[in-house]
This record gives sequence, C-alpha cells and structure tokens, in this order.
Amino acid sequence: MSEVPILSLDRLSVSLPKGADRTHALKDVSLSVASNEIVCVVGESGSGKSMMANTIMRLLPQGVAIEGGRVLFEGRDLVAASLADMRHVRGESIAMVFQEPMTALNPLRTVGDQIAEMFQVHTDLSKTEIHARVLALLEDVRIPDPTVAAKAYPHELSGGQRQRAMIAMALALDPKLLIADEPTTALDVTTQAQILKLIRDLQQRKRTAVLFITHDFGVVAEIADRVAVMQHGVLVEHGTAASILNHPQHPYTRQLIAAVPPLTAPKPRRFSSEPILTVSHVSKTHRTGGFLGRGARVTPAVKDVSLTLPRGATLGIVGESGSGKSTLARCIVRLIDPDAGSILLDGKDWASMSRDEVRRETRHIQMVFQDPFGSLNPRRKAAELVAQGPIVHGTPRSTAIAEAKRLFELVGLDPSAGDRFPHEFSGGQRQRIGLARALALKPDVLVADEPVSALDVSVQAQVLRLLSELRERLGLSIVFITHDLRVAAQVCDLVAVMKEGEIVEHGPVAQVFGRPQHPYTQALIASVPGGDFTAEHEAAVS
Amino acid sequence: MGALKRYFRSPAAVIGLVLLLIVVGMAIAASWLFPNNPLSLAGRPLVWPFANPRFPLGTDNSGRDIAAQIFYGARISLLIGGVATVIAIAIGTLIGAFAGYYGGWVDNILMRITEAFQTLPNFVLLLVLVAVFGSTLTTVTIAIGVVSWPAPARLTRAEFLSLRNREFIQAGRTLGMKDLQLILGEILPNALPPVIVYASVVMAVAILLESALAFLRLSDPNVASWGNLIGLGRDVLRVQWYVSAIPGIAILTTVLAVSLVGQGLNDALNPRLKQR
Repeated sequence: MSEVPILSLDRLSVSLPKGADRTHALKDVSLSVASNEIVCVVGESGSGKSMMANTIMRLLPQGVAIEGGRVLFEGRDLVAASLADMRHVRGESIAMVFQEPMTALNPLRTVGDQIAEMFQVHTDLSKTEIHARVLALLEDVRIPDPTVAAKAYPHELSGGQRQRAMIAMALALDPKLLIADEPTTALDVTTQAQILKLIRDLQQRKRTAVLFITHDFGVVAEIADRVAVMQHGVLVEHGTAASILNHPQHPYTRQLIAAVPPLTAPKPRRFSSEPILTVSHVSKTHRTGGFLGRGARVTPAVKDVSLTLPRGATLGIVGESGSGKSTLARCIVRLIDPDAGSILLDGKDWASMSRDEVRRETRHIQMVFQDPFGSLNPRRKAAELVAQGPIVHGTPRSTAIAEAKRLFELVGLDPSAGDRFPHEFSGGQRQRIGLARALALKPDVLVADEPVSALDVSVQAQVLRLLSELRERLGLSIVFITHDLRVAAQVCDLVAVMKEGEIVEHGPVAQVFGRPQHPYTQALIASVPGGDFTAEHEAAVS
Repeated sequence: MGALKRYFRSPAAVIGLVLLLIVVGMAIAASWLFPNNPLSLAGRPLVWPFANPRFPLGTDNSGRDIAAQIFYGARISLLIGGVATVIAIAIGTLIGAFAGYYGGWVDNILMRITEAFQTLPNFVLLLVLVAVFGSTLTTVTIAIGVVSWPAPARLTRAEFLSLRNREFIQAGRTLGMKDLQLILGEILPNALPPVIVYASVVMAVAILLESALAFLRLSDPNVASWGNLIGLGRDVLRVQWYVSAIPGIAILTTVLAVSLVGQGLNDALNPRLKQR
C-alpha cells in the first residue's frame, strides 16, 4: 500500500513562547505519509497534534517558531519555502479540513462561491467551467441535491453537509496531501460514520495521502493505515494500525487504549425497585421569533416523555444533538419549565411548583454541567464555588467553606486548592469542582448533562470512576445524559434512547445495547466508530 | 496582579496615568498655592502670560488670575466628570442588567426608553434639562449624568445577554439562588470590565459637555471652571486669545489623559485583544 513518501517530517522541533507550560510544541518528530495511505495522529489535548498540522501548513500562531528539522513535501523543504511559495502549496498541493465546519466557512457567502474561490485563486478556468467543477465536486462528496447546496449559505446546511462541503473544497484541486484536523469530532455519531466512509472512499479513488488528526481510538480503528501516537509534543510510538491497536508497546499508548470504554455493559448492579424520580408525559416546545404569535417558529424539543429512575440507579439518556436530551435534563431540574406533564420527585410534583418552591427544594436534585470551563464562575475561588449552595440555603459561611474542603477530598482534589481560581485547574479538576458543588447540597438525585464529553479519554475514565465510586458511597440516583454510547454502557443501569424529542427505546443497558429493537438504536450502535476493534479490545480486557 | 503589570507595560497608558495624576495634583494643590478666591479680582485685566511674575498665566478680561482659575477648574472638571460618570454608569448598568437578564417584555420596555434617550442628541437634551432646572453645579452634574447613561446601558445589556445563558449562571440557578443574587453576585462582576473601560469615555465626554455648556454661558457662573473661562475669553478671542487657549489646553490634556487611561485599562483587562 505505501509507496514513496509524499510528506516526511524529519526531526521537526517547534518551540513555544516563553511562559507556556512546556518549551516545545513538537520535539524531534519524524513521520512520513505516502500517497494512498491514511496516517492517523492520535493524542490527547495539548499533545501537539494540531500544532503538527499547522506547522506543515506553516500556519503557526505568533511566538511559536520552527526550531529545527525539515518538512519535506515531494522532496522540497517547506520550512525553507518563501511565503509566496507556501501560498501555492496551500490549497493546491496540501489541503486542510478543520474540526468545526461552521467556523471554517464564511457565513456571508454561499457554499458554491467558496468552493469556486479555490479555482479562481489557483487556476484560470472560465466561470462556466468553474461552476461545472463545483457541482461535480459536490456530487463527489454526495451532498443531496448539489445545485441547491451550491446556492446555500453555510447556516442552511446541516453539520454533516457543511463538513462535506469543506471536504469538497479541500479536494477541489486534487491535492497530493489532505490534512484533516479532527474533522468528525463536532459531528453526531451517525454522521461521523458517513463522513469517515466518505473520506476513505475519496482517498482511495484519488489516491490522496491523508494525515488524519484525532483523539478518538475508535476513529483510528475505523480509518487508519498507520498510526502515530503523540504525548506532550513527542511522538512516542508509530506503526501500522493493526500492530498499534492490538499490540501497543509504549505504556502511554496502552493507557490510552485501555481508557477507551468497551461498548458492552459490565455486570448489572442491584438497585431498589422503588422509584425516586418519575417523569410522566413531559413535553416542551420551543417558540422563537414572531410578533404577537405571528410567524413564530415552533420546535417541539421534548414530546410526551415518560421515564422512571429507581432509587440508587443510574438512568442514561442517549441521543444525538438536537434529540432533546439536554432540554429534558433542564426540565427535570426546572431550569426550563415544561409545558405539560408531571415530574414526581419523592412524591412532590416538580413540574407544577412555583419558582420559590423550586428554589427551596432544589437541594434534593442537583446538576453537573458539560463544560468545565463555562460552568464555574471565573471570578470566584474554588472553595467559594462549592460552598455557594449551602450558603444560599442558610448555612453560615465559615461552616460551608469548611465543608467545601471536606468535599474537595471526597472528589479527589487537594483540600488546600480551595483558594485557587477555576482557571488554575485542569479540565478534569474543574469537572471535579463542579461535582463537589452539586454534592454540597447532599442531593438525592444528580442530573449530569454530558459531564465527561469535554474531557480527554484518560481524564474521562478517571471522572467516570469517581462518579461510580460516589454513587455507591452516597447512594446517589443519577440521570446521565450523554451522546457517547460507550460511556453510557459503562456507567448506566438503565438507558433510554431519544430521537427528535421522543424516547424510542428504553430498558436495562445490556438489553438495549445487546439486542436493540428499534432501527434507530441499531443504527446508532452500528455507527460507533471502531466497533470491531472495540469488540476485540473487550475480549482482550476480559 | 497580571492586569496591573500589563497596564504598566504600555507607554501610552503610563503617560495617560501621569497626566491624570498631574491634573489630580493640581486640583489638590489649588487652595494651597492660591489661597485667595480664584474669582476675586487680582490685578489689571488682560495681562499676557509671563508678562507679570505675579500672574504666570496672565489675567482674564475682568482681571482674575488665570493660573488660579486653571487650578481650581481642575477640581470642578474632575468633580463633574467623576460624579456624572458614576451617575451614568449606575443608571446604565442597572437598566442594562435588568433588560439583559430578564429579556422579553422587560427588555423591550427598557430598551425603548433607552432608544428614546439616544435618538435625542444628548447635548440638546442637556440644554433642555439645564434650562428647566437651572444651572447650579449640582443640577449641571446630574443633568450630564442623566444624558450619558444610554450607551453604558446597551453595553451592559449586551454583556448580560451573553453571560446569562452561560452554564455557571444555570448552575447558580440550580443551587437555588435568587435572581438578584445571580445578577449582582454572579453576572455583574463578569460584565463589569468593559463597562469600567467605557466609563473613561463617559468621563471624557462629561468634561467636554460641561465645557460646552459653559462656553454657551449656561453652566454655573459662580464656580471657577475651565469652560467658564473659555466662555469669557470668547469676547476677546481675536486679540487676547490666550484667555480661551489656556483652559482649552487644560481640557484637551485631561480628556486625553482619561482616554489613554481607558485605553490602557482596556488592553490590561482584555489581554487576548492585546496580543493581536
């Protein structure tokens, strides 16, 4: 499969500005990509994998400089190339696909225009020829109805279609090398599966070399010919996909692969059959725009949902973005008022309580949020953040702060860290603070909205372990919202699959994931990247 | 702290701060350097600067010491600038906070009121207020504050709109905080930096508004203000131009100082903007 290398990095070092948390973004990295192969660069956030892509394109932020080594592209050293030469290389010979297609596309121009721009800049084709090429490209990336899509603005397309348009743009000039920087991370799992297949197909047809950057070993298993593992800017291991995935040598690679949760559920836990939370026939419709009710857009977000959470159990709600799972979670904690239905918590109906009552009762049900950066007030110290809840409910300040320090210990943080501000903690630590804050009120039910989605896989594993430990110790009942089926399989006892605001299937996790009944559930499970790998990996673990 | 260090790294910001401190120093030293009433007659009228060592900056048309008026005028300008800014920012943040936090009809009503104020040129509105309520120092200061709040209100509202949906505010709500606790304790501290920076613009404009009023002889004639001095100099502008020019330079310096400090604060409080 591999031929002459198109791109080879030769002992490449890139230095970071003074005051960064390490001196080098990349240190002595050597790697090659041949035509017609896909090389995956895997690593956690901050491992320097995106910096590698930017170095090849010479798109480095200020203060970051190439310190040594060579980037050989078709025998030419790009480190020494002039800026004018680089402009020719970019787009024409090396193209790039970014993570977030919404921000990578210009919102004020149509998709067709933006693809056409590639031809206008790099070729002398006439307008009609360009138009024909654009349509052909959109056809290639299998966008439904290319003529319409070419005239559409980015916001009028779905996330998957935008990413297809980005790929069309990248492949417009038949580049020798395609760099894809986490191209499917922002997409839903079913869309991700389609895009991965598309990249695979196009790559094989056009014999393009692909440098694919990802943090997800499932994606690696799905698409890679060869794999390179990065840690702290150093390439710790590389080899063929099969050898890395099945016989990892370096301890870091082993740790990363072990942190990928398997898709099958562990042995079922015992929990009581008495329900603590009963959601019945809850509906919520979003209304936006419109003057005096005219021309308003009505989107039903949650449609007639009924669920029960037994005491001590963990109920997973899984679904893709826009399925209404977050809206449902926010209805349960009354951040959003449901339109209809009842939510019984310990016999009291939450859905019909007044705002004041909710404020008083809120200590029975608490929420953990997704974004470890956005969910903590940046201007409050960690201990204060955790103590806030008890203070609001009348605990004297000094007692609450002392209690907060104890909670720090409970969630595995240094109690003396309470005097620091949120930005001084890492993502995983911040999520622990968020957890401590929710636990400070000693809730019966915890609603966790994608609590580990923003975390690296090894940190994710730690936080999940902490969560299940606390669940045992404190007898918590948890509603766990996630889009990641693997995570759901690991922590949940019961699982409900949501699609377009409705629950299409629910039951014990082993049953739903093991023998899915609904076609949508089956599609979801089939789309989980690296399914085969996971199955093997699981067999190896157990 | 980091912000302080970043502030002192910018030469323009340091120059602004030094100029501002000089003006503050003048205000403090006024009664000590010039123990007599600055509005009392001191010598022959219209003495040129440097002509008489007793009057280093000369005298105005009625023989009052210009240097004394400049020093006392610094007090008035800073007082009007400071108090009017506090009034404008207080009204502005309050209205902006409520409009941004509650949204919906509260936002609609408050923003229509704000727009009503904004559609009128604020100097015209100021003239009306002074014409109705008289032109003592107090009314002039309050009137300037009252015409300057719409812009800070819009700024605060915009900050609140983006902050109120952040997860830490939702977290506060799930902890059972009351709206007022969320607005004052959680959102406001995060919304303030740009408002503080904007306060410097409000202060500079407030000083200019007072001078403009004084130039039209609509400000309080019983205090020694720079604007009053310019207004007086108007009568002798073609020959004894220094009567207007000297206070003009004082106003220019003060407004420049305040703006530079504001710019410096902006760069110091938004370090990411600075790097670009």
